[in-house]
Amino acid sequence: MEKKFIYADNAATTAVSKAVLEEMIPYFTEEYGNASSIYALGRSAKKALETARERIAKTIGAEASEIYFTSCGSESDNWAIRSVCERLAKKGKKHIITSAFEHHAVLHTCQALEKQGFEVTYLPVYDNGIVKAEDVKNAIREDTAIVTIMYANNEIGTIQPVDEIAEICREKGVIFHTDAVQAVGHVEIDVHKQKIDMLSISGHKIHAQKGVGALYVRKGIPLTNLIYGGAQERNRRGGTENIPAIMGLAKAMEIANTDILKRAEKTARQRDRLINEILKISHTRLNGDPVKRLPGTVNISIEGIEGESLLLMLDLNGVCASSGSACTSGSLDPSHVLLALGLKHEVAHGSLRLSISDETTDEDIDHIVKVVPEVVERLRNMSPLWEKIIKEDNSK
Amino acid sequence: MLYSDQVLDHFSNPRNVGEIEDADGIGEVGNAKCGDIMKMYIKVSNGIIEDVKFKTFGCGAAVATSSMATEIIKGKPIDDALKLTNKAVVDALGGLPAVKLHCSVLAEQAIKSALSDYYTRQGIDPIPIVGEIGECEHCH
Repeated sequence: MEKKFIYADNAATTAVSKAVLEEMIPYFTEEYGNASSIYALGRSAKKALETARERIAKTIGAEASEIYFTSCGSESDNWAIRSVCERLAKKGKKHIITSAFEHHAVLHTCQALEKQGFEVTYLPVYDNGIVKAEDVKNAIREDTAIVTIMYANNEIGTIQPVDEIAEICREKGVIFHTDAVQAVGHVEIDVHKQKIDMLSISGHKIHAQKGVGALYVRKGIPLTNLIYGGAQERNRRGGTENIPAIMGLAKAMEIANTDILKRAEKTARQRDRLINEILKISHTRLNGDPVKRLPGTVNISIEGIEGESLLLMLDLNGVCASSGSACTSGSLDPSHVLLALGLKHEVAHGSLRLSISDETTDEDIDHIVKVVPEVVERLRNMSPLWEKIIKEDNSK
Repeated sequence: MLYSDQVLDHFSNPRNVGEIEDADGIGEVGNAKCGDIMKMYIKVSNGIIEDVKFKTFGCGAAVATSSMATEIIKGKPIDDALKLTNKAVVDALGGLPAVKLHCSVLAEQAIKSALSDYYTRQGIDPIPIVGEIGECEHCH
């Protein structure tokens, strides 16, 4: 029998799609000009670059002049938050509002700013993994510089009330940034309609290559310089543009936003099958709201086992997945996301994240729902913690 | 996490998994909060560890170090088992990533804990022989 290989970790990264790769190839060896050069080869690179900017802007309802290219989602997050904070600190605004379960690109940026004298409010995410817009409203102060709340969580996939939060921020005159790295291409986004001020995008989560991202910044919000040097990105981020990667990003954004609802529906159906089947295993729980979630992301805690050994054993059975256990993060604590939901450490250690994509087939889902219970049983049979859980159950 | 082939082998085919019903000593170390628990069972006869079994809740390295530690002491005199160090377990596994070294410490402690229990059951104070079994530094 052919060895199975099922990639169910698309929230970590994705394969570059054929269409994206084809879009990129000419820009390596034929259209390789520097977009700053004056001759025809340079001019055509510049034209490609600006067309890509327009194409990307169009997919999220922005204008081309509002798109800045970066090297990754983390850079976009860093740049957005630091830029706003640096500028507004001069006006005495030194307060940031974020959530407890942001990506580290946001959390660590906020923590670094705390050391520089900023005050940060970390909003709770409750047991469903969703920030309350009301909490944002109550947290906004005279000196609030920025509200930064992710569009959808990377570990559990819950979608945040971005429209409501954006509305509140606009009313109060506070800048609203959202890390939309997990949401772009999976949910419909229209930044102007939704009143979003800043939004971070990453290429490799939507079948473009690693090393390219973008930041949308609403017209009228000034950005500080990130890299001094050339005049690229309106003088704000020097450095020769990575045209092949940017062309790939444009293509990936277009593909991801074509028939988005229809594709999301198909993926969500597969996702719900994963959820329903895996929850049949005893002592499991779905992490995050069952409905308000990304079409492809599932996160389930499985008691009595530890996440890293679960992943290793799934890998031996041809399934690539991820976990929020401490052992997979290289730190001592399990995922801050799962702890923010109120999970106990021992339950958080046994979490499993499966993230599927358009390329996932029903046969892949069949295989996953067959293998997960087998692997869980095998690990539970050798787990002294599971033994205790069963004993406690029996004594009830 | 870069695991050696030996670690992956002992993880995917762990030796000596299970329980010994009439064990002469049982030791348990670690805790659920930290994500590692090892439980060791030993059967002793004439000063020889005749049989040893383990159950482990933990990461790949925790399972592999438990498995390797039981392999090393099985059929050996108690004196040899007392001398088992975490380093010997790590070496036998072809090394461990630095962040996983505490798993090997846990395996050494699990065996010592089972031996302590064995001596206690024999009415012998284990501390002069086995020593104090410290808390895992990683966890505390």
